Amino acid sequence: MESIEVKICSGTTCFVMGSTYLNELYEIIPQLYGDKVTVKPSLCLGQCSSSDKHSKAPYVKIDDEYVSQATIEKVLDVLKKKVEQV
Amino acid sequence: MKNNSQSIFIKKDILIRLVEAFFSDDFIKNTASIPFKMRPKDAEVPYRCCIYKEREIIKDRIIADLGFAVEDLNESEKLEDFALLALNREKNIDNPLTVIEAACKGCVPSRVYVTDLCQGCVARACEKTCKFGAITIEGGRSYIDGSKCKNCGMCIQACPYNAIVRLIVPCEQACPIGAISKDENGTAVIDFEKCIFCGKCVAACPFGAVNEKSQIIDVLKNIKNGKKVIAMFAPAIAGQFPGSIYQLKAAMIKAGFYDVFEVALGADITSKNEALEFEERMKNNKPFMTTSCCAGYNSLVKKHLPEIKEFVSETKTPLFYTAEIVKEKYPDSITVFISPCVAKRIEVAENDNIDFVLNADELGAIFIGRKIEILSMEDSSFEKESSKQGRNYGVTGGVVQAVSCLLPDNLNVKPCMIDGINKDNIKKLKKYAQDKNCPEGNLIEVMCCEDGCIGGNSTISNPQTAKRLINKLLSESKDLK
Repeated sequence: MESIEVKICSGTTCFVMGSTYLNELYEIIPQLYGDKVTVKPSLCLGQCSSSDKHSKAPYVKIDDEYVSQATIEKVLDVLKKKVEQV
Repeated sequence: MKNNSQSIFIKKDILIRLVEAFFSDDFIKNTASIPFKMRPKDAEVPYRCCIYKEREIIKDRIIADLGFAVEDLNESEKLEDFALLALNREKNIDNPLTVIEAACKGCVPSRVYVTDLCQGCVARACEKTCKFGAITIEGGRSYIDGSKCKNCGMCIQACPYNAIVRLIVPCEQACPIGAISKDENGTAVIDFEKCIFCGKCVAACPFGAVNEKSQIIDVLKNIKNGKKVIAMFAPAIAGQFPGSIYQLKAAMIKAGFYDVFEVALGADITSKNEALEFEERMKNNKPFMTTSCCAGYNSLVKKHLPEIKEFVSETKTPLFYTAEIVKEKYPDSITVFISPCVAKRIEVAENDNIDFVLNADELGAIFIGRKIEILSMEDSSFEKESSKQGRNYGVTGGVVQAVSCLLPDNLNVKPCMIDGINKDNIKKLKKYAQDKNCPEGNLIEVMCCEDGCIGGNSTISNPQTAKRLINKLLSESKDLK
């Protein structure tokens, strides 16, 4: 089974808008899902480039799905649904 | 409160839009339209009673970001007028904080309060424990007479149901010196005679009602007019952006700064001078010395703790020395300090070598507004590299480590730290000064913010992330000695 991939955006916008407060995910996700899910930082995911989109940062990408204004709880919710689908 | 609350998010959002407006074809018009872009017709009203109040508060935040105090506004003045005034002024000083009355919730006054959890029990521990006779039992429930209650909180501890609580006003609670309080209308007012500009109320207010008065337009205007604008960034800033400080420098040059200096460079001079001063003081049998680089602490000493002045190092701050270096190299430049906190705005206002301050959020807004991607920048080197110790000044313990490593082995140095100025730590410092003795050590580092400057009110990063980024930089840096 292929693992689910979680990418936390470290682009300038996401970083400034608070992505460093998602860092606990690097510990929580492996604890919850072991090697079923990988979590890593990412270069700019390109979501904020159009005007006004900065106000939806920080972004996290879970496989093909984007989570905007990401919080730890929001990311874990989406991830839980994904894992259950597999 | 962490620096990533929703109210801080909105403040950053507004700053970014202001930067975009500045570089648009019509700054005045596009600034005036920000409240309507953020809360368009039929938009959701997420926080306040109606869309008009939301827009009004956004307008007030923009006025603060344009550098004006919101307190004495004439409400009929338009956002356009303020934008124009900001463009045309030369200097922008005086009190760096402003309270947005419309945003202040007017929290209920701080007091002790009996909740519905009261069971009207037989023990009546609350009534018995109250020394002021403020508690009676009425209708089978505990009742506090506000005119007798002294807010001591004994009843809170006595209640077996945890039914009595203390209602707090977050800004009043956060302020270490009682400089912010509610006026007769219930809104927060800052007493600027007392205020040490530590920024704790800015971070603490859940409604984001306390704002820094920004100098972002002044800086951008000088950049746009082709002036030599030089940035000097505090050591803590190395932990506030993705990538290395070499990429950060390149990003700042791309944003229009003519040259960029680390304030860690000046920190190396501070360390050397402070080590010499400490040695001298110990030879003269002085009991202890405190550091002098924290602007919040320096304001505290000046306004509230004059008795400790004789024990405070007279060495100048890292920013002071850095600005001297910069002005010597570029005498005709405009200098900008990149700061992790509001307190430094006071130090800058008193130093002719430094023209403006941008905090980390404001620099971040410039990067976003200009679409500068730090991680895709090539490294840009510094003429002179700062030391490992200088680069660690923004982390608690960093200053005393730097000074201690330069002291001779035979000098019995015992470093200790005051990690954050709060009511308890102010009492401690007062006692050290009165007793002319500090039992914890003889070289005391005083940092206004917990964790040091990386815990400053206008920082971006989680302090752990900031520490990790700074540690990576330290591992690549040379020793001071």
